Amino acid sequence: MDKVELKELTLLAAKIRKDVLELLKHRGYGHLGGSMSIVELMAVLYGKQLRIDPSNPQWEDRDMVVLSKGHSGPAWYSALAEKGYFPKEKLMTLNDGGTMLPSHPDRTKTPGVDMTTGSLGQGTSAAAGIAYGQKLKGQDRYTYLIVGDGELNEGQCWEAFMLIAARKLNNCIVIIDDNKRQLDGYTKDILNPFDFEAKMKAFGFDLVQKVKGTDIEAISDAIDKAKAHKDGANAIILDGIKGAGVKYFEELKSNHSVKFNNDEINKAADDAIAELAEFIEKEEA
Amino acid sequence: MFKLTDDRSKKGTPLAKVVMQTLSDVMNSDDKVVFLEADLAGASSSTIIQKDHPDRFIQVGIAEANMIGTAAGLSVEGFKPFVHTFGPFATRRVYDQLYLSGAYAHNTINVYGSDPGFCTGPNGGTHTTWEDVALMRAMPTAVVCDAADAVQLEWIVRKFATMQGIHYFRANRKDVRNVYAEGSTFELGKGNVLKEGKDVLIITAGQIVSDALDAAEKLEAEGISAEVIDMFTIKPLDADLILSEVKGKKAVVTFENHSIIGGLGSAVAEVLAEHAIAVPFKRHGANDVFGQVASQEWLQKEFKLTADDLIETVKGLL
Ligand SMILES: Cc1ncc(C[n+]2csc(CCOP(=O)(O)OP(=O)(O)O)c2C)c(N)n1
Ligand SMILES: [Mg+2]
Repeated sequence: MDKVELKELTLLAAKIRKDVLELLKHRGYGHLGGSMSIVELMAVLYGKQLRIDPSNPQWEDRDMVVLSKGHSGPAWYSALAEKGYFPKEKLMTLNDGGTMLPSHPDRTKTPGVDMTTGSLGQGTSAAAGIAYGQKLKGQDRYTYLIVGDGELNEGQCWEAFMLIAARKLNNCIVIIDDNKRQLDGYTKDILNPFDFEAKMKAFGFDLVQKVKGTDIEAISDAIDKAKAHKDGANAIILDGIKGAGVKYFEELKSNHSVKFNNDEINKAADDAIAELAEFIEKEEA
Repeated sequence: MFKLTDDRSKKGTPLAKVVMQTLSDVMNSDDKVVFLEADLAGASSSTIIQKDHPDRFIQVGIAEANMIGTAAGLSVEGFKPFVHTFGPFATRRVYDQLYLSGAYAHNTINVYGSDPGFCTGPNGGTHTTWEDVALMRAMPTAVVCDAADAVQLEWIVRKFATMQGIHYFRANRKDVRNVYAEGSTFELGKGNVLKEGKDVLIITAGQIVSDALDAAEKLEAEGISAEVIDMFTIKPLDADLILSEVKGKKAVVTFENHSIIGGLGSAVAEVLAEHAIAVPFKRHGANDVFGQVASQEWLQKEFKLTADDLIETVKGLL
């Protein structure tokens, strides 16, 4: 990746991360941990890899994103707003009565959202179906499935993976957010997943790539490789940290859903927002 | 015997905490009771059980269908499983496991489906259950309860722990207003007349029993005498009570935080129709709609499930 592109995507990631923090702090609560760990992924997808037209969300040739770990909507909404799918002010309406931005993504409410999710596991099968449909129509389109490491407790995910691999749905690029934690704690303590890489291979995914969850260049390269790998199933594992990008939130004992109800947490968010704002200003100058 | 609380403006212990504290206590004296959770211990307070009874706290991860199947297996071995997850995952998502491995195989599973209807609040439409009672009513042998408050909920949990079969109870995780005085006891399958009245019969269940009582008091002030029944056991339904209390009434209204299709309203309608009771009748509930995201308070208003909305329905019928 050239320097200019990397700079641009890094800037976009900073904007998305700042939006996430601002909107959750404004709301006073929300799914922070899992939103933060997909910020760089969202920047790569929306800043570079996706074939999309934000002014025409229903464009027939668009690539699709299915956020199966639907509770991380705040990161997706921030990326969509940064790309101009809707005005940024709308971000502050998250979860308000009548909002277009519900806590869990809703394809009937938000431009740019093509599949409704929130019941963990279900997005995996939907993504397989979308990718299948794209193939049936003979189209050269991609579907990016983003699934949580805790979410992979759901058997449905593995049913979908079997279908994706058996039918060689190479266009369904499975991205696992391996941020090591779920709601009640660390994935290894809740229901030990052992080795995702080995599991995906055993399930028939012949291109399984593991990259650092915040490494923009590595994520983008992995997607390039997956796109080029046309005769088998593709998986990318984001080796990451829940709450990524802000030390305080990475280290917070319970960072799945946080409440902004004390000085310490509010200061941590404010400091991070200020730091990101400074970085963004400097980069844009 | 039940007694009403002196102060209905007061809230009790958060309901999820009531369930977990009660169960933990039950587990002290009954080593057959086990508890299963699907990665929502932090959200349901079942960390209480995890701490008090680490060996009988079974964390299955985010795998609700597996949780129900596992509970069925534990039942085969003579255990009495209680499970928790949000209402939609406790019913819609695992219906066949509950039906077949559970009810059909004559196993015992006690299911706490949390945050029914508008109680889902910020989790939004994907997590809203206004059909859980309909689903669970249709399951042969299943018992279905909707708790009015903390006192009643504790009683239900203790009762279910002594029984065999599939038992479903729905309740907010948060604290709700008190209806009953501490120490009240109930009878499964028997409704409670909370307020006598002669013009209209209001049959309700769940945390909106409080709102129904508010409505009845306001109606009284306007010269309309309303009787209120807490039908906390929706299945088996107390048909005898309905048939005795409907006598002389000018109208009957059911009031539920559930779809008007298949829930308490439908159950009452079946009783009235099968006994050829021709009385003006209205099911007041969620009217064939999906839920949405907002605060619980906002949603209760939006979906017209407040005391004032009930008053309007009653007046419209009289
Ligand atoms: C079927 C289902 N069960 C439970 C939940 C509640 N829930 C929401 S997020 C979550 C934990 C998710 O963990 P993970 O997939 O690792 O997501 P992340 O770490 O990225 O936040 C749980 C249990 C749900 N939304 N859907
Ligand atoms: Mg995770």
